[in-house]
Amino acid sequence: MSTLLEVSGVSVSFDGFKAINNLSFQIGEAEMRAVIGPNGAGKTTFMDIITGKTRPNDGRVIWGEKSVSLLSMSESQIAQAGIGRKFQRPTVFEDQSVADNLMLALKKKRGPLAVLRFRASEADRAAVADLAEQIGLAAALHRKSGELSHGQKQWLEIGMLLAQEPRLLLVDEPAAGMTAAEREHTTALLVEAAKTRAVVVVEHDMEFVRRLGCKVTVLHEGSVLAEGSLDHVTADEKVIEVYLGR
Amino acid sequence: MTDLALTPPRRAFVLRHPSAVIFIGILALFTIGVTVLAEGFGIGVISTSFVKTLGKTLCLCLVALAMDLVWGYCGILSLGHMAFFGIGGYAIGMWLMYARTEIIVQTSLAAAPLPPTPQEISDGIAAQIFGVVGASEFPPIWAFAHSLPLQLAAVVLVPGLLALVFGWLAFRSRVTGVYLSILTQAMTLALSLYLFQNDSGLRGNNGLSGLQNLPGQGDVPQSTISILFFWASALALGLGYLMCAWVVSGKFGSVIRAIRDDEARVRFLGYSVEAYKLFIFTITAVIAGIAGALYYPQAGIINPAEIAPIASIYLAVWVAIGGRGRLYGAVIGAAFVSLLSTWFTGGQAPDINLGVYTVQWVDWWTILLGLSFVGVTLFAPRGIGGLFDLVAARRMPNRHGQDLGPDAGALREKEADR
Repeated sequence: MSTLLEVSGVSVSFDGFKAINNLSFQIGEAEMRAVIGPNGAGKTTFMDIITGKTRPNDGRVIWGEKSVSLLSMSESQIAQAGIGRKFQRPTVFEDQSVADNLMLALKKKRGPLAVLRFRASEADRAAVADLAEQIGLAAALHRKSGELSHGQKQWLEIGMLLAQEPRLLLVDEPAAGMTAAEREHTTALLVEAAKTRAVVVVEHDMEFVRRLGCKVTVLHEGSVLAEGSLDHVTADEKVIEVYLGR
Repeated sequence: MTDLALTPPRRAFVLRHPSAVIFIGILALFTIGVTVLAEGFGIGVISTSFVKTLGKTLCLCLVALAMDLVWGYCGILSLGHMAFFGIGGYAIGMWLMYARTEIIVQTSLAAAPLPPTPQEISDGIAAQIFGVVGASEFPPIWAFAHSLPLQLAAVVLVPGLLALVFGWLAFRSRVTGVYLSILTQAMTLALSLYLFQNDSGLRGNNGLSGLQNLPGQGDVPQSTISILFFWASALALGLGYLMCAWVVSGKFGSVIRAIRDDEARVRFLGYSVEAYKLFIFTITAVIAGIAGALYYPQAGIINPAEIAPIASIYLAVWVAIGGRGRLYGAVIGAAFVSLLSTWFTGGQAPDINLGVYTVQWVDWWTILLGLSFVGVTLFAPRGIGGLFDLVAARRMPNRHGQDLGPDAGALREKEADR
C-alpha cells in the first residue's frame, strides 16, 4: 500500500516547551489509525501541524503521490488538497440549516467568484440528501444546526467532512459526550469511511478504539512511544507505565 | 435565511427574495410620493431643502447597506467605511468645482480684447479654487478634474483600490476583531488629518464647496436638481439593495456568514477566508464611494471633518440600532437615526425646561443616541429589525414532526397538536 501522508522528524516548541519532539508518522491510502496518548502528549498539536494551523520548527510533512510538502501551504489549500479535520468540540455553523452546512462542505470550487455564481444542481441536492441519510439527519435537513443535540452536531460535522470528499480524515475525539447507541453509529460511519480513504482518529476512550479494530499509535511527550495492534501496544511495558498503568 | 439545498434551481428572483421585493415596492412608493409632494415637478408641499435631506438620507441608507454587508454578514467591524464615502464625495466634488469655475473664468475672460489662451484659463481656475489656501497652481491630484468620466471612474476606483490594498495588508496578516477596527479607525483618521492640511491639494479644512450647483445648468432651479438627485439616490439604493440581496443569498452568503461565526472552521473547509473578506471589503468600499458621490452634491459641501473617525462610528451605530445581519435593518437604522438626528440637531425639537436646567436637544441628542446604542446592544441586539421577528414568531415553528423534548419518549409534534 502506498503512503498517503508521511510526517518525519517533526518538532514544535511553544516558548521552549517541546510539544512535539522528533515525531514520525505514516499512513497509507485506505487505512484507519487510532492515535492515543495521555493529556499533553501532543495529539492535537500533531493534527494542527498536518492541517497547517501550526508551523513546525523542524521536519517534513509530505503528502500524496506527487510528494508535495504541506508546510508551505495555507489551511485552506491543505483542505482543498484533500485533508479534512473534525474538531473535538463540534463546530458546525449553528445559525444555518443542516442542509446549508452540508452544501457548504460539498466538494465544489472554493473561490469567491465561483461561489457567487454557484447554483445547486439536482445532483448536489441529491448528494446532500444522501449524506444526511448516512449521518441519520435526513429528517432534520431544514432545521438550524444550532437546535441539534450534541451527538447530532458531531454527526453533522462528520457528514460535512465526508461531503468534502477528503483523502485523509483527521477526527479528534469523535465519541466524546455521546450515548452508547450514538457511539455505535459513529463507529460504523468511521469504519465505512476508512474503506475508501485514510482515517486518523484521536481518542481517549480505549473501548471505542477497540471497536474500531485498527492499528494504534501511542503518543507520549510529543513522540511515538509504540505502534501496532491495540493488544500489542497495551502489552508494551512503556505504554503501561506512562498511560495505562495510572 | 433561505435553505440553499432545498431552493428549486430556477425559481424567480422575486420568489427567492420576498423582502427585496417588499423593499423595492416601498422605495418606489416613497419616491413617487416625494416627487408628487415636492416643488420640482409636484405640488410643492415639501420644501427643496427637505427633499435634499431625504435624498441624502437615501445615500446614508446605501452606505449603511455596505456596512451591514461587511459587519453584519461578514463580521468585519470596519470603522472606516465613511472614508470611502468621503473619497467618493471628493472625487465628484473636484469635477463639479472645476467645471463650474471654468465657466465663470471663461465668461470673465471673454470680455478681454485678446481671446484667452488655455494656460490663462487654467491659471484663472486654479487661482479661483486655491486662492483660499494661498496657492495658485493645480496640484497633480487634480489632473483629471476636467473630465467627468474620469472623475466618475475615480468615484469607484479610488475607494476600491484603497480598500483592496488596505484589506490585503490587514487580512493577509490575519488582523481580526478589535485590532482590525482600530486599524480602520486609524486609516480614516490619517486620511482626514492629511486632508486638513492646506498643501494636500484639496483645499484643506475649507473642503470643496458649491457642489449643489451643476456646471452649465445655472438656469435650472434647485427644486428640479434636488428631485433629480433624489431619484438618482433612490435608484442607487434600490440597485444596491438588490445587489446585496443577491450577494448574501445563496452559497456566497452562506460562506460569509460562516466566516462571521467561525472563521477557522471555514478555513479547514478549504475556503480562503482572506479572499472572501477582501472581496466583501472592496465591494462595500465601492458602494460607499458611490453613495458619497451622490450625497455631497446634495449637501453642497464636503470637508475633511466629514471623514473624521466619528462618522464611521455613527455608521456602525445606525446599523446596530437598525439590526445587523439583515439588509432592511441597516436601511431602517440609517433612515430612522439620521432623520431623528436632523430633527434634534436642527433645533426643531422643543427644549425641555426642568426648572433648574433646560435640556437643549442640540447638545443632548448625542447623549441620547449613545444611551440608545448601549440600550440596543444590551437589551435588543437584533435592533429595530428584530421587531419583524416578533411578527414572524407568532406563526408556529415548523418542527418537521420532530420530538418536542430531548428524550426518545417525548411528545411528538403531531401528538401535541391534538
